[in-house]
Amino acid sequence: MDKFDLLIVGVGGQGVILASDIIGRAAVQEGLPVRSAETHGMAQRGGAVENHVRIGCKYGSLIPLEGADCLMSMEPLESLRFARYLSPKGIAVINTEKIIPVTVNTGKVQYPELELILGTMKGLCSEVKSENYTGLAKKAGAVQALNVVMIGAVSKYLPIKPETIKDVIARSVPPKTVAVNLKAFDLGRDA
Amino acid sequence: MLGNDSIARGLLESDIDVATGYPGTPSSEILASLASYALSGWKKDKFHIEWSVNEKVALEVAIGASWAGARSVCTMKHVGLNVAADPFMTLSHTGVNGGLVLISADDPSCHSSQNEQDSRVYSKFARIPCLDPQSPQEARDMILYAYEFSEKFKTPILFRPTTRISHAKSDVDVGEIAPREKKIGFTKDAERFVVLPKHTRVLLKKLNAKQDFMMKALAESPWNRLELKNGAKLGVIASGVASAYAEEAMETLGIQVSYLKIGAYPIDPSLIKKLAQNVERILVIEELTPFIEEQARMYAPEVMGKMTGDVPHEGEFDTLLVSNMIRKAAGKPAIKNRDIQLDFELPARPPVMCSGCPHRATFYAMKSVFKEESIFASDIGCYTLGTQLGAVDTCLCMGASITIASGLSLSGIDNKVACTIGDSTFLHTGIPGLINAVYNKANITVVILDNRTTAMTGHQQNPATGANILEEPASEISLEALVKSCGVDSLQVIDPLDLETSKAAFKKAYNTDGVKVIIARQPCIITAKKMGIRRKQLEVIEDVCEGCKRCVKFGCPAMEIRNGKAFIGDSCAGCAVCTKICQFGAIKAKGA
Repeated sequence: MDKFDLLIVGVGGQGVILASDIIGRAAVQEGLPVRSAETHGMAQRGGAVENHVRIGCKYGSLIPLEGADCLMSMEPLESLRFARYLSPKGIAVINTEKIIPVTVNTGKVQYPELELILGTMKGLCSEVKSENYTGLAKKAGAVQALNVVMIGAVSKYLPIKPETIKDVIARSVPPKTVAVNLKAFDLGRDA
Repeated sequence: MLGNDSIARGLLESDIDVATGYPGTPSSEILASLASYALSGWKKDKFHIEWSVNEKVALEVAIGASWAGARSVCTMKHVGLNVAADPFMTLSHTGVNGGLVLISADDPSCHSSQNEQDSRVYSKFARIPCLDPQSPQEARDMILYAYEFSEKFKTPILFRPTTRISHAKSDVDVGEIAPREKKIGFTKDAERFVVLPKHTRVLLKKLNAKQDFMMKALAESPWNRLELKNGAKLGVIASGVASAYAEEAMETLGIQVSYLKIGAYPIDPSLIKKLAQNVERILVIEELTPFIEEQARMYAPEVMGKMTGDVPHEGEFDTLLVSNMIRKAAGKPAIKNRDIQLDFELPARPPVMCSGCPHRATFYAMKSVFKEESIFASDIGCYTLGTQLGAVDTCLCMGASITIASGLSLSGIDNKVACTIGDSTFLHTGIPGLINAVYNKANITVVILDNRTTAMTGHQQNPATGANILEEPASEISLEALVKSCGVDSLQVIDPLDLETSKAAFKKAYNTDGVKVIIARQPCIITAKKMGIRRKQLEVIEDVCEGCKRCVKFGCPAMEIRNGKAFIGDSCAGCAVCTKICQFGAIKAKGA
């Protein structure tokens, strides 16, 4: 059985839960057992959020440290925060569009340069794929489709057929946004 | 399926009649899930469902229903059980008629809670059986079992999921939702339902007498499972979600381990004794308190666990942590991970109040009048995040803002005292505190942050919102009338987005003695957006901006400094409070 541990991280409100839902449902549709763990409650208010998705897993839902085959980071800084989960052999897919945390705005600390973040990540895993996926979401027609663009980007590595994922996307997003989201998936996958 | 949806599925398959609860992470989605079934039409009117005013109320409603023969469920988070502890402790004596399951969701690592608390301890305290699921699948299966067991032994069941069960998703096998035969009716029985001392003494004897039978039945259940391996020197006992981690860890360990999986309490000592006879030592792996470990020590000579420093007392576990516990107990080296060192500081990203959140505006007005030297008691809700703005100096438990403020003001200190409490929290346990403050002459300003919803836990309805859990119109309680009837003379109602009027109200309260109440009313920005309220986003006129950062210090996540000037990002909700904070008139509506 294919086993694949995916960690999805980002900022509360970016659609992290829907992203892990779509991938989880697609895996179930292909007959694979899935466990996932979500962040609810207080952290959802603009805090750092992490969702664990364990495909082919029949045990607990938390990915062990250095166990993730792929880290999907919807914001650059968050990739570093959760890098400890990523396997040295793993792949990091990182959105380059920053969201400035309140601690930076109030002048307590500096936001590190993007190059520094990506450079550090390159030293921690086998491959870093970075792109302004927010830009691609806008191109697809809605900035809210960022999560689906990034699902497209990580879909190349998942043990799930892209058609299955697209089928689940079409059934998971609001009916009016299906076309935008399917386009978003393709843009992410081709980037 | 989300663990909480899986629990709800089990409830539907058990054909429950009454569902009550108070929202609290990680338990809230159970009732929400039931409500969506009810709303989908095909289960509507088949069962009663409600958000109750607090957990004590919720449990008592469920008890009344059970005594009339209805299958009932009551949901809450672990700290909610403290509020419901009074009925819970005596419910064990009277027992139930229709099956009653109390779901109290624990939160190891305090992801969204004020403490870590082990609900299993309550089950022992009250002599009520407890079920502790390992996975969303087991959670659904256990609920079905719980109702059968509850009705067979006339006992309530405490069902204890943790965050990683409630908020885990998994593929779940489900059964049919089929109607069952029901017997609804209340038979008077004072010796059971009226707990006079004379009756209770007899009930206690009966309660103690049935403990052994319940324990034996649970030992036969699929939830407690002993697997003895030939030649194994190490025995592992693990419970709840920690047993899932232990099973994953043992799969790759490469040595024989005998294993006792625990999912139901009280535990029959014979299980622990049998394990102890077959191994040299036992490792107990459980989150929160050493609940099983204490019992294991009574029957096994060599036990490793929290009390020997081999298992952490705090926080949640994961597979790696549990792997290393087992490896250590088996005499194998620990799995080491690289230590990621950064030569720069990683900016923290704490949760913040949303762009356009009315609480932020209320806090701003309050602080600009009361200043730093005043003391700000607060409560449980989104507004606890006001600690980042220096507007929250205390937060203890639900309803403890008005009461702590009262104590501060009556302590003899000279500082002014103001407190903040949300609409739902005020109704939950704030009202007795307000009555007490007036009655006992506290000198405080009480701010009721009425954002027309129970926001933090996911926007549940409450008696002040005018709708019930099924979104049906419900009698809308008047906070103004309620406050006045508590004996408050000084009551003002403000729109927090109207900064000048808000400041004037706070000034008046500041200069008045006694208990002053300000109701700050403005819908939560998230519900406002859902209601279709659209406000024009704002922008900075760069030439006018002096870069003084006064607006940024307001703490709105949409505001930042770019190239020395203020900049308003995409998340702006158009509350326009910043336009009044800017002293240069440099912020205006987009396109204006």
